[in-house]
Amino acid sequence: MFSLLQLKKIFQLGDNFFYWLKIIFLSIIIFGLILSLWVSPKDYLQGETVRIMYVHVPASWLALMIFSAMGLFSIITLIFKIRVFTLYAKSLAPIGFTFSLISVFTGSLWGQPTWGTFWTWDARLTSMLVLVFLYIFYILSWNVIKNFFTAEKISSIVAILGLANIPIIKFSVEWWNTLHQPASIKLTEAPAIHASMLTPLIIMFVGFAFFSLFIFLVRYKSEVLKLKEYNLKKSSK
Amino acid sequence: MSPAAKKRTIYFLISIITFIIIARFVYVSLNANTVYFFSPTDLKNISEKPNGIIRVGGLVKKSSFAENKQKQIYSFVITDLNNDIYVEYKGLLPNLFQEEKGAIVEGKLKDKKFLIGNKILAKHDENYMPPEVADALKKSGKWNKKYD
Repeated sequence: MFSLLQLKKIFQLGDNFFYWLKIIFLSIIIFGLILSLWVSPKDYLQGETVRIMYVHVPASWLALMIFSAMGLFSIITLIFKIRVFTLYAKSLAPIGFTFSLISVFTGSLWGQPTWGTFWTWDARLTSMLVLVFLYIFYILSWNVIKNFFTAEKISSIVAILGLANIPIIKFSVEWWNTLHQPASIKLTEAPAIHASMLTPLIIMFVGFAFFSLFIFLVRYKSEVLKLKEYNLKKSSK
Repeated sequence: MSPAAKKRTIYFLISIITFIIIARFVYVSLNANTVYFFSPTDLKNISEKPNGIIRVGGLVKKSSFAENKQKQIYSFVITDLNNDIYVEYKGLLPNLFQEEKGAIVEGKLKDKKFLIGNKILAKHDENYMPPEVADALKKSGKWNKKYD
């Protein structure tokens, strides 16, 4: 377990591992897409528009989960100065950012036919937009600040402060009157979504999660190399 | 834990506590302001008539919907089952707009019971099911009123 805290461990994962991970996430997503776009039924109210949900919901979940993980890793970074966690958070950021964008865009595509508007400033939509901007701030602070250790500190603070937004997004639909509907899937109750629609949703989520894992490992590997290069440059000066 | 890490942990805990207190203030003040829409009862309890554009949300009352084909004006009643508000609207209706379903109307109040709408948003709930299941539920009498 302790060995996971060493940066170089990632290089023990061979090309074979990445090859199979790629096969797994591709086949799950293709299977999930077939289920959600053709096999699953249309909704009794929304009709075919419901299919947007199979991309929108998993993307939103992952955008939230990835930011929570980044916040947690940033806390560990700031307190214990364990470099792996810094790089975990840094390599996760672009993935979560992409998912938050997908969530906002698919959401507005769904909102137009269902609600009658692409965008409205209700609490859920606004807090999700704030998440997109938090991702942008986080990524920018890495790109703009040239000194690695300053960038590490600033970006970690952004991620930790941003953690406060996560419960706001999650519970916005319960705390305030919003146009966005409340969650259909809750831990404490039976889901308000029929099994024939829940299955493709879960499969899509698993596929997206494997996709994130793949991109994360690839990015993490290159971040480790970049850090080594940065250290070499500094010591040669 | 090294002494340096201990010091950082203490700093961290203090900042977390400060942060929670600030978040609490933000939450309380947001609660007062983040009203996306008013219900007809909210409007009844307001002492002075709000100026400018507001949103009113609730169910479209059963058999209250009427349209003037020539002028393309729709009129209906928004209700929260306690109080009603009369709405007149000119424009396009969203797909999900139906009687006994949720809707949010954006517009100006003419008086406390009468709203001139300029935008309608249909509210969708968290229930998803195939049409066949909906039919079967209706037939067997297991249909829950909340699905309407």
